[in-house]
Order: sequence, then structure tokens, then C-alpha cells
Amino acid sequence: MILYGLWRTVPISLEQGLAYALVAVGIVISFRILAFPDLTVDGSFALGGAVLARLISDGVPPIYGILLAVLCGFLAGCCTGYLNTRLKINSLLAGILIMTILYSVNLRIMGRSNIQLLTVDTILTPLENMHVSRFIPIIAFFFLVTFVIKFLTDMFFRTQIGFAMRATGDNEQMIRTLGVNTDHMTVLGLGISNAFVALSGALVAQDQGFSDIGMGIGMIVAGLAAIIIGETLIGKRSVQQMTLAAIVGSIIYKFIISLGLRLGLAPTDLKLATGVMVILALGFPALKKKKEGKLHLRGV
Amino acid sequence: MIKLEGIRKTFKAGTVDEKMAIDGIDLHVSEGDFVTVIGSNGAGKSTLLNLISGTVELDAGEIYLDGNQVTRLPEYKRAKYLGRIFQDPLLGTAAAMTIEENLAMADLRGQVRGLRWGVAKARRDYYRDRLKMLDLGLDIRLRESVSLLSGGQRQSLTLLMATLSLPKLLLLDEHTAALDPKTAQCVMELTDKIISENNLTTIMVTHNMNQAIRYGNSMIMLHEGKIIYKVEGDAKRALTVEEVVRKFGADLKDETLLS
Repeated sequence: MILYGLWRTVPISLEQGLAYALVAVGIVISFRILAFPDLTVDGSFALGGAVLARLISDGVPPIYGILLAVLCGFLAGCCTGYLNTRLKINSLLAGILIMTILYSVNLRIMGRSNIQLLTVDTILTPLENMHVSRFIPIIAFFFLVTFVIKFLTDMFFRTQIGFAMRATGDNEQMIRTLGVNTDHMTVLGLGISNAFVALSGALVAQDQGFSDIGMGIGMIVAGLAAIIIGETLIGKRSVQQMTLAAIVGSIIYKFIISLGLRLGLAPTDLKLATGVMVILALGFPALKKKKEGKLHLRGV
Repeated sequence: MIKLEGIRKTFKAGTVDEKMAIDGIDLHVSEGDFVTVIGSNGAGKSTLLNLISGTVELDAGEIYLDGNQVTRLPEYKRAKYLGRIFQDPLLGTAAAMTIEENLAMADLRGQVRGLRWGVAKARRDYYRDRLKMLDLGLDIRLRESVSLLSGGQRQSLTLLMATLSLPKLLLLDEHTAALDPKTAQCVMELTDKIISENNLTTIMVTHNMNQAIRYGNSMIMLHEGKIIYKVEGDAKRALTVEEVVRKFGADLKDETLLS
């Protein structure tokens, strides 16, 4: 019975885990590669959902809705980067400011706090009408999107600009003496990161059939939890490992959550449980007096 | 090659912590010159290099590199002229990246970076040859993370990176001071070899009087932000530690300087 219950949660965890995976990949770019604690994520996730929902309910084809959501996410990330690099606002505060501003922006975009998408065509509609189990085509689609983005990300970080961006997070002074404008790298990196997050928001909105103003709350913590889980299993020695860890971690995180819900965890306690999980994972090395595991961050 | 005209820098001007770091320095370094800079703690040695590289903005004066005025250029735009090594071996390399990735980044100093592969396959053999010259066995560890290297190895790699694309001016900021004496000696000899082989124009800040006298063809002494002594050519070659101490002993309270 319990095993059957476990098995039943697998497809839904895969579907949701893959839909949310790009949030974790985005956070890998900001937190891990740029060493920038970007809190824009909660806002840019909802932004992705809001832009998409508004556009497709106005009759725009879903693919354009998704592309515009990605672009908006990119711009949101650039704003946070600009606040930090040009206006010299502390990195955490810069993210919180844009996140807060986005709350109003998202309400403006949607015109109300919630748009349902059950009666309009989404990018998933053709897949849902394929007369097979709903899960198979949708999981395949999310898998494809997520891994195409993952491989493009891995490739980008092997290019000259990608190197410069990694070095910006690793040793800002050094790469500046080699002629790189590290401010540009930070802005561009945060833009890419939040573009991925907004893409995930757009996918999730279509998957759950609605976009909600509160759908981004706690996204940064959930994404960090996914990354920590993934890195424990897969490691973080290279960019390829980190992006894979983000995706695998995201799926396992959703699996743990749906398992918890099945075992009686109240949905309202989810964010509490996730937060405690992240605190334990980040704090455990300090209690054991080990240095590793700690997040190395700049601009704080 | 580099010309400094009346440069000045005061930190925290107008506060109780006001500190005059550079108090009007004129300096001309010709192509191929190797200038050593000595002075006690707080004499302004590191600030001098930071002003040249643009890490710190100056209050007054002009800086010319290779005939171009660079006084107001931001640090990353001066990079094409400069190679730089810091005292802290951790500052010169990106730890989480591999040896070849670090070299490839240095290879593109001051150039526009694009979406071509970061490590060009055709350059890999060149990197391997350069690493062989260090004689530290790094040439067979191209794909290893720099974080696995010792301080001396990292500083040697930084030296290679700083000189890889033959900068117009090489800035050395006490780059052997954080290493153990034996490693420091190795890195210094390697530095001297690379400089003379490539005829690199160099400014080397050091805390070590012996080093300042032994290397280079010209030496300046800084004290409280001013050049108080300059010696070149034959006079520099004939210079001894005792002579400098006799002349400036009163100014040089710093023990490490004389060790």
C-alpha cells in the first residue's frame, strides 16, 4: 500500500520537478556561478506566469507568450544587476527591491490577482489531447525543454564570455585585471538566470492551468533546497555537474514534498519544512566545524 | 613606456582618518626598464601600483601608458597594457576553474570576448610548452582545478598568465612575499628569467631590500608618498644594503625591509 502510494507520486513529481527545474538552473547561475545572492527569483517566477497568462488569455499564441515571458524575466534580472553594479545597492537589497516592485508590476500585467487558463489553448493543449496518459507527452516535453536549456547553458559557460562570467563569480579582481567589465558580466548573468526562472514560471502556469500573483513566494528557498539535494548526489565540480544537480535535485525535492503530503504533512507547512531543510543543509557544516558547504557570496 | 606626472592620492580625505598615500610622484619608465620599488609599510608602494592599474582612482596628476593618456580609463580598459601579480597567490587565478581555462582567459587579456570556445584547441600545445618551462609538472595537469595547487604553484601560474600575452608593463606587487623562502626564491628567479627573455618593462614593489638591489636596472625608494631616492644603471649595480641603511636608516624603521 505504501509502496503503491510511493509509485503513484513518481509521475507527478517528475512532471512538477521538471517544470520547476529551470528555477534551480537559474539559481545555479546567480548563487553558484556569479556568487550573487539574487532574491529577484520570487518575483521573476510570478512575472513569467503573469506575462504568459495575460498574453494567451488575450489570444496571443502560447509560443509568443512564452518568449515574451522569458524576455521580461531577462530584463527583471538585468534591473537587479544594474541596481547592484551601477547604483551600488547591496546585492540582497537589490533583489528584494526588484522582487517587491514586480509584485505590483505582475498585478498590473494580469489586471487581477489570478488568471485561469483551463479554457484557453496553452503550449500543452496539443499534448493533452494525444489520447495517451496525460503524463507521458507532458513529461517528455518538459524533459526536452529542460535538457535543451541545460546543454545550451553548459555550452555557454565553455565560451570566452562564459569563462569571463565564471571568473567574475570566482575572482572578480583577477578577471578585471584581464580586461573584463565585471559589471556587465553580473548584469548579463542575472538576466539569463531570471530569464530561465520566468520560463519556468510560464511553464508552471500552463501546467497547473492558472497564474497566480503568489505563485513565486518561496521559490528561491525551494530552488536552493533542490540545488543542495542535487549537489549532494551529483557534486558541483563543473558547470555540467551543477546544472544536472539542479534538475535532478528539483525532481527529488518535488518527490519528497509529494511524499510528505501523502504522509500527512499539511500543505500550509510546506514552506516551513523546506526552509528548515535548507537551514539544516547550510548550517550542518558549520556545526561540524567544516568550512565546505558554505555559500561563497559577493556583493553582500 | 609609462609616465606619471604629479600624481596624488589621499584616502578618506576630509575625515579624521585622512591618509596621504601618494604625495606628488613623477616617474618615467622607459621600454625594457626593470624598476624595483622599495619603502616601509605605508610608504605608498601598493597604492602606486593601484593607481597605475586603475584599481584606485587618483586625485590629481596624469598617467600615460605607451603614449596614451589613461588617467581616467577604468581598470578593465587598461588591462590590455598591463600584466599584474598580487602578493596573495589566491588573487591571481580563478580557483574553481582549470589550469588551461585560467591560461586561456589570460591569453585574451584586453581583447573582446565572444562566443567562441574559451579554450582554443590550437593554443593548448602552447600552454603546455609554457607550463613545462615552470618545471613544476603542471604541463600534464591542464584539466585540473587550480584550487588543487599550492601557493607557490599558483603564483608561478599567475606569473605565466601575467606575461602570456606580453604586456607593455608588468606590475609585481610583493609577489613573492607570501611564499616560503625557498619557493619565493624560485618564483623570483623565474620572474627575472621571463622578464629578461622578453625584455618586459617592469615595476616591482618589494619589501625585501636584497631583492630590490639584486634585480632590475633601477631602484626607487618611497617614503610617505614621495620618491626620496632613485638610483640607476652602474650606481644601482654597485649599491649595497649597508649603503642604503647608512643613508636612510632613520626613515626605515621597518625591520622586515632590512632582513
